[in-house]
Amino acid sequence: MTYDLAEKLVNGDRLALAKAITLVENRAHGHEDILEECFRNRKPAVRIGLTGAPGSGKSTLVNAMIKLLRAEGKTIGVVAVDPTSPFTGGALLGDRVRITTSESDEGVFIRSMASRGAVGGIAEATDDVAVLFEASGKEYVLIETVGVGQAEVDVAASADTTVLVLTPEAGDSVQTLKAGLMEVADVFAINKSDRPGAERMALDIRSMLEMRASEKGWTPPIICMSAIRGEKVDELIDEIAKHREHLASCTSAADRERTYLVVKLKRAVERMLKNDLWRGPDGSALEKIADDIADGTTTPYAAARQILDRYRARSGQGE
Amino acid sequence: MSRPIRILVAKAGLDGHDRGAKVVAAGLRDAGMEVIYTGLHQTPEQIAEAAVQEDVEVVGISSLAGAHMTLFTRVLELLKEAGAGHIMVVGGGIISEDDIVGLEKRGVAKLFGPGTELPVIVDWIVKAVDAQRAEAAKE
Repeated sequence: MTYDLAEKLVNGDRLALAKAITLVENRAHGHEDILEECFRNRKPAVRIGLTGAPGSGKSTLVNAMIKLLRAEGKTIGVVAVDPTSPFTGGALLGDRVRITTSESDEGVFIRSMASRGAVGGIAEATDDVAVLFEASGKEYVLIETVGVGQAEVDVAASADTTVLVLTPEAGDSVQTLKAGLMEVADVFAINKSDRPGAERMALDIRSMLEMRASEKGWTPPIICMSAIRGEKVDELIDEIAKHREHLASCTSAADRERTYLVVKLKRAVERMLKNDLWRGPDGSALEKIADDIADGTTTPYAAARQILDRYRARSGQGE
Repeated sequence: MSRPIRILVAKAGLDGHDRGAKVVAAGLRDAGMEVIYTGLHQTPEQIAEAAVQEDVEVVGISSLAGAHMTLFTRVLELLKEAGAGHIMVVGGGIISEDDIVGLEKRGVAKLFGPGTELPVIVDWIVKAVDAQRAEAAKE
C-alpha cells in the first residue's frame, strides 16, 4: 500500500501527497519506504527558508511570493510550522489565514505542521516533507518556521537560502550584533517598512555586516519591503535567485547536495536512536527512575549514565 | 502515544463573525488536537481543498449567516469529488432544528447549536474520530 502511495504521489496525486505527509509526520508504519521511494524519485527543488519573530509577516510574505512565483508558472510546496503546546500537545495552525491561493490552482500545495516538541523552529519531519514535495514535482519548496526568538536556526540547514523577516520594531543595533538568528540570514527582509524605523534598522544591519568577515563571499542584501502591499517582493525573489547563483559559483551543486544530505542523515540517525532508546525498557521504566531521582536514591546524571550503559549492553556493544 | 486529531476549523461564506470559531478552535487545541484555522470568508472550494491538503480527519464549519444549507452541502459534495469523502464534516452556529435534521440527513456528521459547552464538542469529536480510526484499522 505504501509503495502504491509513493507511486501515486510521484504521478501528481494530491490526495496521495497529503496522506504520505501524514504518515511521514507521524513516523507511522511504512513511512520509511515512502521516503525511500520518494527520495529516489525526487528532483531537488529550490528550497527557501523563511524565518523571523511571531507576527513579523512570514505567512503574508509566503502568500506574496506564491503569487509572483505562480505568475512565472513555478510549482510550489509550502510547509508552514506553528508551535505545539508543551502542556496539552495541541496546536493552533494559523498560517493558512494569510495564504489565499486560488482553490483550483493545482500548482500550489500548502501544508500546516505542528512543531511537536522540536525546538529549532521547524518540526522534526519538516525536512522529509520537503522530500515528498520534491518527489511530487514541486520546483520551489518554501519552509516557514514557527515564530522564532534568537537562536532557532534549524531551517538554515534545510534550505538553500534563508530569508530572515524582520520588522522595524525589532530592536536596536545591539540586537543586530547578537549571534544566532542574525547569522543564518542569506537575505534580510525588513517587512512593514512603511513603519518608522525601517531605514534605521537597515543601517544597523548593514554596519553589522560590515563588521563581520564575509568569508562566504556573499554579503546578505537588505530589502525594505511590504509583504501585504506586495512591495519589493519581486526584488526579494531576485535576491534569492542571486544568492542561488552565488552558491552555484562557489560550490558545485553536488557539494551542496552532499552537505544537505549529511544533515539529513544525521537527523535521521538521531531520530531513530531516540525512538529506539525510549521505546525500549527504559522508556517504560522512566516513572520508576523519576521516583528514584525524586527521593534522592540517585541523581539525574547517574541515572542517565545507567540508561545509556544499559542501552549499549542491549544493542550488543557494552563497554 | 496516540497521534493528535487533525481538524480544520473554517468560516464559510460572507459571514464575518469568527469569535465562536476561534473559541472552539482554542478549546480543541487545549484538548490536544492540531487545529488548522482557515480564517474568514472561505468558499466551499477553498475549505475542501484545504481539508485535502491538510489531510484532516474532521472539518468543522461555523455558520452564523444562514447560508448553511448551501455551504455545508457543497463542502460535502466537493470532498466526495476529491476522493476525500471519508473526512467527517461537523458544524455549529445559528441553525434551526429542521435544518439540523436536513443537514444530518445529507451527511453532516453532527451540528452543535448555540450554547453548546466546549467539553461536549470535544467529547463528541474524540469519540467519533476514535471510532473512525478503529474502522480504518480494520480495513
